[in-house]
Amino acid sequence: MESSGIKWISWRRLRALCWKETLQIFRDPSSILIAFFMPMLMLFIFGYGINLDSSQLRIGLWSEDGGREAADFSAALSRSKWLEVHAFGSRADMEQALVDSQIRGFVVLQQDFSRKLSQHGESAPVQLVADGSEPNIAQFVRATVNGVWQSWQMERGDDRGKKMQQEIELVPRYWFNSSAESRNFIIPGSITVIMTVIGALLTSLVVAREWERGTMEALLASPVTRTELLLCKILPYYALGMISLLLCVAAAHWLLGVPFRGTITGLWVVGTFFLLSVLGIGLAISTGMRNQFNAAQAALNAAFLPAVMLSGFIYEISSMPAFLRGVTRIIPARYFVSSMQTIFQAGTIWKLLWPDILMLMGTTVVFIGLTAKLTRRRME
Amino acid sequence: MNFFNRIHSLVIKEFQSLLSTKSGRMLLVMPVIIQTALFPFAATLEVKNASLAVFNEDRGRASVEMMQRFAASGAFTKIVPVWSQGEIEGAIGTRDALLAVHIPADFSRRIASGEASPVQVVLDGRRSNSSQIAFSYLQSVLEVYLKDRAASAGRMLPSEIVARNWFVPNLEYTHFILPSLVAIITTIGTLIVTALSVSREREQGTFEQLMVSPLTPEMIMVGKAVPAIVVGFFQATLILIAAVCIYHIPFRGHLVLLYVAMFFYSLALVGVGLFISSVSKTQQQAFLGAFVFMVPAILLSGYTAPVENMPLWLQHLTWFNPVRHFVEIVKGVFLKDASAGRVFSLIVPLLVIGVTNLSLAALMFRRKTS
Repeated sequence: MESSGIKWISWRRLRALCWKETLQIFRDPSSILIAFFMPMLMLFIFGYGINLDSSQLRIGLWSEDGGREAADFSAALSRSKWLEVHAFGSRADMEQALVDSQIRGFVVLQQDFSRKLSQHGESAPVQLVADGSEPNIAQFVRATVNGVWQSWQMERGDDRGKKMQQEIELVPRYWFNSSAESRNFIIPGSITVIMTVIGALLTSLVVAREWERGTMEALLASPVTRTELLLCKILPYYALGMISLLLCVAAAHWLLGVPFRGTITGLWVVGTFFLLSVLGIGLAISTGMRNQFNAAQAALNAAFLPAVMLSGFIYEISSMPAFLRGVTRIIPARYFVSSMQTIFQAGTIWKLLWPDILMLMGTTVVFIGLTAKLTRRRME
Repeated sequence: MNFFNRIHSLVIKEFQSLLSTKSGRMLLVMPVIIQTALFPFAATLEVKNASLAVFNEDRGRASVEMMQRFAASGAFTKIVPVWSQGEIEGAIGTRDALLAVHIPADFSRRIASGEASPVQVVLDGRRSNSSQIAFSYLQSVLEVYLKDRAASAGRMLPSEIVARNWFVPNLEYTHFILPSLVAIITTIGTLIVTALSVSREREQGTFEQLMVSPLTPEMIMVGKAVPAIVVGFFQATLILIAAVCIYHIPFRGHLVLLYVAMFFYSLALVGVGLFISSVSKTQQQAFLGAFVFMVPAILLSGYTAPVENMPLWLQHLTWFNPVRHFVEIVKGVFLKDASAGRVFSLIVPLLVIGVTNLSLAALMFRRKTS
């Protein structure tokens, strides 16, 4: 036993400590809820609920012109599979519907619609109003109605033998996600949020509780070393997080049909350093706070919200102002999101992954180091 | 002691446990300030500072002119010239460019001979939303260019609809985000305060003392509800002030209407929070329970992605989501001057959610005391 005083790690002790942690995890139904139920729920929400590709836009239509041309264009609008056109009894009713968010825009065909058409001016005899309180939808409304208008005019031109043709045409082609479904990039990103919850939130509560209840002091009074203490908190939750990660990837691929082009090795390497970083954040917070209520709030604000808002999984980092882009550099979730998107959609291409892995190694060292420092201060 | 005196002292005790420590006080204010300062800039689906890779095999006038238009448009801050198909792949793969334009060698020749010239644009599908938006920027720059060409050649192009946007004419994202933030930040504050307050006492053993006191379970619930509602109102007011004074977003509706709705919303949240704490044994369970409710509720509130893009059955399910109704109320009152009738129609589901959860919570507390 004398030698254990200098030894950093006694494997026997570490094994016992890890076993204690594992029992604690499995005895509390809420940790199972967070590790297995929550990921499935989140994947499901991100798979079905968060859809940036507009399906059908509800718009109103008000025609002041009873002519054949106006009726023809109205029919063209109704035929579009992107639009759901509603008729209204009065223009005021239609405007009220826009205020009440029942429709996202409306089209007004002016009185002299047919007459103006034959004149060919610069602007169309059509008025379009979109709901600016939903910027994304407003843009879709505008693009869609304009598209219908343009193709209707071209058809009309063709009917009359006057061909209108674009000189230059941009032909889009997608790489990595050829169907361009937002789900295919949101789901790999959302796994990041799930891992953050397991890594930071769960551990912050667990360790803060030990401080709150005084069992941490009891542990510290025993011959357990600091390294052992840190490892016994990290290893079981690392294992839990890894199982959850594999479960998420499997569910994303087989249940939600997101293509997975990478390898398990790539997933394991990136996942390891990300999990260690967030575990570090969770442990640092709980060691610093020592109070479950505060630790939970702090973990929510320091780990969860940045993972949603600043990781680039929905909101593009390059569009943020410079100071905010600087802030995102210290957020591990950012590197994990970009490597998950690469692994899922492009494959395990080390050339693209290694810069992210390197940064994740850096954040791991920083946050676990911080925990070690805080623990030492608490012990003195 | 009468009813109000007892509740009064209970409320004071709750506030003391909430505000007694410095970190406790900090945690009620700091997150609000940080989130209000950072998130409006982060949460944008606009595409700025994007870079465009260009592989131009054509040396004709038309291609050079078109590229100059793209470069001058301001949508792309960086133009990366590349010299092969392989370099395009590299630029997109390493995220050096969001889009890549490939102009074929016969581009100018085809235009001169009156044929349609296709230009291939490669989009990064890993970021399909951003690249689609950036693509639409390219498209509109091209349209202006084509119109100018047509005008100088005396040809005719199809006319275009000019759209106007009501409520937020320039579609600024901050106008959309800040009202939503009012709803979301208060959700987090109110829910966590209520969900954890009971379980903390239970964990520390003081809940039994409360139960043997002359307080009824209903009075205890009121005592827990008041501080949470005050916290919610306080945080919401902070964000409202920031929205109007710092972000200069015009407040178009009636403030009273908003606060009335806020009261019912807080009640609904308190109901959910108390129900969660009535079924959990530890703070960890209460917190994680609140979290499991909060995350889906916020994500499916129409804040991250519009409710109308969801499948229909899920849209119906969101009726039970209080956050969705309140986001709609705040945005409606704030930006659109929504009518009282409209707001009350959204308060109805909040009331139903609140009453249901409060009754369930009361039931659970009663069962535990008897």
